[in-house]
Amino acid sequence: MDLGQHAAFIIAAYAITLLVLVGLILWVLVDYRAQRRMLDELESHSPRRH
Amino acid sequence: MPLADLANPHRFQKLARVLIPAFAVLAAILIAAGLVLGFRAPADYQQGEMVRVMYIHVPSAWLSLGAYTVMAIAALGTLVWRHPLADVAGKAAAQIGAAFCFLCLVTGSLWGRPTWGAYWDWDPRLTSVLVLFLLYLGVLALLRAIEDPNRAGRAAAILALVGFVNVPIVKFSVDWWASIHQQASVMRLDGPTIHSSMLTPLLISAAGFLALFLALHLAAMRNELLRRRVRTLRILAAVSAEGR
Amino acid sequence: MTATFLAVVARDLKLALRVGGGAGIGVIFFLAIVTIVPFAVGPDLPLLARIGAAVLWIGALLASLLGLDRIFAGDHEDGSLDLLLLAPAPLELIGVAKATAHWIATGLPLVIIAPLLGLMLGVDPKALMAVSLTLLVGTPAVTFLGLIAAALSVALPRGGLLSAVLILPLAIPLLIFGVAATNAVVAGEIPFGTPFRLLCAISLFFLVLGPAAAAAALRHVRE
Repeated sequence: MDLGQHAAFIIAAYAITLLVLVGLILWVLVDYRAQRRMLDELESHSPRRH
Repeated sequence: MPLADLANPHRFQKLARVLIPAFAVLAAILIAAGLVLGFRAPADYQQGEMVRVMYIHVPSAWLSLGAYTVMAIAALGTLVWRHPLADVAGKAAAQIGAAFCFLCLVTGSLWGRPTWGAYWDWDPRLTSVLVLFLLYLGVLALLRAIEDPNRAGRAAAILALVGFVNVPIVKFSVDWWASIHQQASVMRLDGPTIHSSMLTPLLISAAGFLALFLALHLAAMRNELLRRRVRTLRILAAVSAEGR
Repeated sequence: MTATFLAVVARDLKLALRVGGGAGIGVIFFLAIVTIVPFAVGPDLPLLARIGAAVLWIGALLASLLGLDRIFAGDHEDGSLDLLLLAPAPLELIGVAKATAHWIATGLPLVIIAPLLGLMLGVDPKALMAVSLTLLVGTPAVTFLGLIAAALSVALPRGGLLSAVLILPLAIPLLIFGVAATNAVVAGEIPFGTPFRLLCAISLFFLVLGPAAAAAALRHVRE
């Protein structure tokens, strides 16, 4: 696939898009795991009220 | 009212558990299809291969504006209708919208360098998108500055609404002022002017990006609800520890 | 003494990075300043490229001034300042530690983002490196100068504005030589080294003057 004389710019644009999107996905996943872990910890320690 | 039912965290979790993977899979399929079709289409007679950047630059731009609109509607939900999930939705929209706005600026800049000769120009379209980015950053900074999530949400909602005036300015900037940026070729009253061989992949790619945004937005909302629950439990634990 | 120094640096950094701490705001402010200059001056690319280095320096200077008054004010409010005065290390060293932490959280991000903003202003690529270098040398000096203003205004409610007003005149030499060094790279009439070395000398002077004067101010003003 010939991307022409400005191939570097096209590749750079797609690369940075991939980086940002993967970053967003990872952020959402990692944050979910962390919050779930903290929540399970806290809920196991505190006695259940009402 | 069904929207109010969602305020129940368990209901939201159940809905999220189904919707997030569904949207994610949809996004993957649509974006892949859009890009494949997009690269198969012939190169633009003016811009050559550089036009391929359109399939990520334009959806990012549309999503930046869309996410800000979601944030503005959420702001109304927070301030006017007092919906409990509104400020959570607003915060998630701000975080993800800022990322897409950043992408729009960077991919646009990389597209502009070989096409117009400069990474950046202070023309109306580019500048108004930069201002949009600054508004996003302002909302995020305000959310970070206030510890209590409800107060932070209300403050950010006011800021978001005030800044909403910029959204139509961005959209119409290329029409109102002479701009180096391309005029509108898709969202026009007369209908799109770009060829279907490029329009179709663009629309498919944009739909994929929208699905991705929805997946990320719901996931971010879910995380924020968990975060607030963690915070509440921590406060309760600290209070009860003192009472002993 | 090293332990105290590192402890104070770590504590201040943690506070700055936390909610409400203010790290990162400086970068947004810097971006905002660079954004509004073309609105005022007009989207005249050659003109922006010519004044680019100056705009970057003014922006970085103003953004550095943000939150300078908070260096001591936060500790004063919750009583930690009294504890710091009793610490095993001399007050001057505490000042150095706090200024270091403040620069890492506020000044360093400005230095890192400056080349990107310079690109937006159309600054000559050669000059971009020069701008970053001059800012790297100059922004710590601004922070350490700010220590003095922070110490003087520690108990005042309008401390922030006062700090900025006190620091700006003192920071003028940094501004002059920072911009001169950057323009030297572009215009080529004088070698980069001449103004740059003067900038380094002035910076080093402020790095010493700042904590010494701040400590003296804290001791006198608090009595």
